Amino acid sequence: MIAAAASRDGSSAAVMAGEAPLRERGQREVFCGLTGIVWLHRKIQDAFFLVVGSRTCAHLLQSAAGVMIFAEPRFATAIIEERDLAGLADANAELDKAVDQLLVRRPDIRLLFLVGSCPSEVIKLDLTRAAQRLSGKHAPKVRILSYSGSGIETTFTQGEDACLAALVPTLPVAETQPSLLVVGTLADVVEDQFRRMFSALGIDNVYFLPAHRDAEMPPVGPTTRYLLAQPFLADTARALDERGAQRLAAPFPLGAEGTAAFFGAAAKAWNVDPTLFQQVIAPAQERAARGLARYRAQLQGKSIFFFPDSQLEIPLARFLSRELEMQPLEIGTPYLHRQHLAEELALLPPDMVITEGQHIDRQLDRCRAARPDLTVCGLGIANPLEALGLTTKWSIELLFTPIHGFEQAADLAELFARPLLRRNLLVA
Amino acid sequence: MQLALWTYEGPPHVGAMRVATALTDVHYVLHAPQGDTYADLLFTMIERRHHRPPVTYTTFQARDLGGDTAELFKTAAREAFERFAPKAMLVGASCTGELIQDDPGGLARALSLPIPIVALELPSYQRKENWGASETFYQLVRTLAGPQASAERAPRDKSRRPRCNLLGPTALGFRHRDDVKEVSGLLNQLGVDVAVVAPLDASAADIARLGEADFNVVLYPEIALTAAQWLQRNFGQPMLQTVPIGAGATRDFIAEVVKVAGIEAVDPAQFEPRATWYAKSVDSTYLTGKRVYIFGDATHAIAAARVAVEELGFTLVGLGTYSREFARETRAAATKYGVDALISDDYLAVEAQIEAVQPELVLGTQMERHVAKRHGIPCAVISAPVHVQDFPARYAPQMGVEGANVLFDTWVHPLMMGLEEHLLTMFRDDFEFHDQARPSHLPAHRPAVNPGASRGAEVIQLPQRETAPEIAADVAWTVDAESELKKIPFFVRGKARRNTERFARDSGVATITIETLYEAKAHFGR
Repeated sequence: MIAAAASRDGSSAAVMAGEAPLRERGQREVFCGLTGIVWLHRKIQDAFFLVVGSRTCAHLLQSAAGVMIFAEPRFATAIIEERDLAGLADANAELDKAVDQLLVRRPDIRLLFLVGSCPSEVIKLDLTRAAQRLSGKHAPKVRILSYSGSGIETTFTQGEDACLAALVPTLPVAETQPSLLVVGTLADVVEDQFRRMFSALGIDNVYFLPAHRDAEMPPVGPTTRYLLAQPFLADTARALDERGAQRLAAPFPLGAEGTAAFFGAAAKAWNVDPTLFQQVIAPAQERAARGLARYRAQLQGKSIFFFPDSQLEIPLARFLSRELEMQPLEIGTPYLHRQHLAEELALLPPDMVITEGQHIDRQLDRCRAARPDLTVCGLGIANPLEALGLTTKWSIELLFTPIHGFEQAADLAELFARPLLRRNLLVA
Repeated sequence: MQLALWTYEGPPHVGAMRVATALTDVHYVLHAPQGDTYADLLFTMIERRHHRPPVTYTTFQARDLGGDTAELFKTAAREAFERFAPKAMLVGASCTGELIQDDPGGLARALSLPIPIVALELPSYQRKENWGASETFYQLVRTLAGPQASAERAPRDKSRRPRCNLLGPTALGFRHRDDVKEVSGLLNQLGVDVAVVAPLDASAADIARLGEADFNVVLYPEIALTAAQWLQRNFGQPMLQTVPIGAGATRDFIAEVVKVAGIEAVDPAQFEPRATWYAKSVDSTYLTGKRVYIFGDATHAIAAARVAVEELGFTLVGLGTYSREFARETRAAATKYGVDALISDDYLAVEAQIEAVQPELVLGTQMERHVAKRHGIPCAVISAPVHVQDFPARYAPQMGVEGANVLFDTWVHPLMMGLEEHLLTMFRDDFEFHDQARPSHLPAHRPAVNPGASRGAEVIQLPQRETAPEIAADVAWTVDAESELKKIPFFVRGKARRNTERFARDSGVATITIETLYEAKAHFGR
């Protein structure tokens, strides 16, 4: 995984025409990949996420998810103790014990993820082998996989990437007929809309990764074409490529334009008749446009500043600038995958300031100096910026809200309009 | 390894952050991996602070591990000093930082910054948040106040009012903000001035002059006891350890202040909270003997036990704490009220005990709220960890006179009102007002229906946990007895079932009839 992190940097060093992102290094105010568990465990309903880490990891998870009142959460932490570090306890035996304990308590679990953290990576606890060993023990009832959600290797949504990339090698082999795979966690309502849309276009054999249950995970093979629904899936895409699947290059399905182009990429690959394509998407596209018009009046001409968080920043800036006529001042992203974002970058207005990485204090200086109308940032800096009189939109919400597709285009715009509306509503 | 679903306390560096964030001009440079900045949210969201915590993280990544992480730390410390110009600096490592062993203390000293540097050694794999806060505060006091220490203490100049320090309130403390205000007001009324409140809103200079006060008030022993003991040894300052939570404890506190400060005795009647009368008023009679379970940090749990038993007339059925450092004090309190203390940081152990004793009210932390909700038991929060709703906008102390009033309202509120309770007992099958209709302020919660999932057919059914399988195995209920049991109001029904089954087993009855039910009732007296 450390090698993978290095190669990600390698690929992002390739310069793309027209864009000169500023690469910054310094303190990064971002989540680690463990946070992905918060939404992944709701999506995969018979999966359990066991973090192997420290009390800090457990504390992060409950701080991020703690306001939800669970009957019982499907995630936990095996907290490394002094004796594990001193080598007094065989860490592997301890882990096996924790897993046994867990599976007795939750007999309904079919898929268990051992999730690596900074401490487990630094002490080089081999969770891949642990997962193999435990799979042997608990098969066929429970499958056990591993991935790393550590902060040293993954930033926020990259946790989902690592999780899905771990799933890919275990996916069933696809039949010979062509199939379409939509990759990335989507809200259930969005998934259903997409299914109906593909069906109307005459594209059958559509699958989604991840599926709701372990037994329903999609097949993959050389006849698979896949569309990335999220921009942060570098390792998952690479793993799918290794299985012979082919990526359909497309913008991400955010906003009416992005969604149309997303479906357009699939339609082209399936040779869908252009007239049929128009017939199918036009009503939804028109509905989305009507919904967006309401918010354009509120957002038009407003400046916006993105702090890096989820890698959604570039597609969002594209949507906000082209469909709502906002003016991005700086688009920060934790990591820029040029190949996957090529279509998005081509649609962005020229001379956009894109920053990859972060030096939080300097970036805050720039933000304060620019005084944007709206700042998209994490919760660690949102209230402090509000206290300085800047209006903020906290970015994590974008991962927990249905924002993809035609029907959600206006909802997505509303997320950005709401803080501005609120500022106007509150007297003094 | 310890399997943890929830954790009562964070890692010790979060405790250090709570001290740093409480102070006004001290910066904390923390050697930690990318992602550990999540802790900022606790302060900006849960406590809704206006400013970022004064913490600089090195946020190293995997690629840095091959290089010079020590250099990364030095750069971060130097930049933090230049940008924030603090009057003192805390340096330390988080759990992962601890593993890579870069020695933040040595590195920071090598920078020769013109301010005091406090190097924190917080063993992340052994200790927890409160210990981290306590250790940080202690080291800070040693470093900043230490140079002023003098063995001899001059007697107080009688022409000025006695003055004391309030020690222990931090950022992210449960009601610390209002407790400080309440206790300061109380002391002021008694004729005592507050010299320094620390660490909350104190500066480095304030910490340096801690030794000038006549005595110290330890508001939160979990955080300030170690520092206060050090001040006692090195400055000869006596300390007050009575924590004024509840009417009785407030009375004791006042008496102790009078003694230690050497001031005139006061009439306790003027410090009697309204809650004392409220508890005496006939409306509160139905509170008598309500069975209450208490869990939290040691200070709040012990204080709550006294209020529950001596001031509200509840029956204590369980007392526990996650503060291992104060296990002895908690055990002593439990013994006093005739229960066994639970010392554990495993929320499943707490849940098991709540299930076993079937209380009518749970006083606990955010986690006990989850447990109580799951079991349909009324609950109020008395201790950290807490969520955003327990950092209220309104004045809501736990300490002193107003604190006692707040406690009365907060604890009685989730209980069913007396009249409601009577009617439930009399008219069991009322079509609108039945035991399935929860009080309006307790949201319905039925674990069998999973409300979060939109795809009903695919929802995992949570495993139904047996309520005491070891009891159910050897005694059976007749249909008549079972239906008679249902005539008992639901909030005491669990206890009645358990008592009856216990009675049946003890007296060798295999099948419980209506007769057995009433025999058991007569035996246990309730």
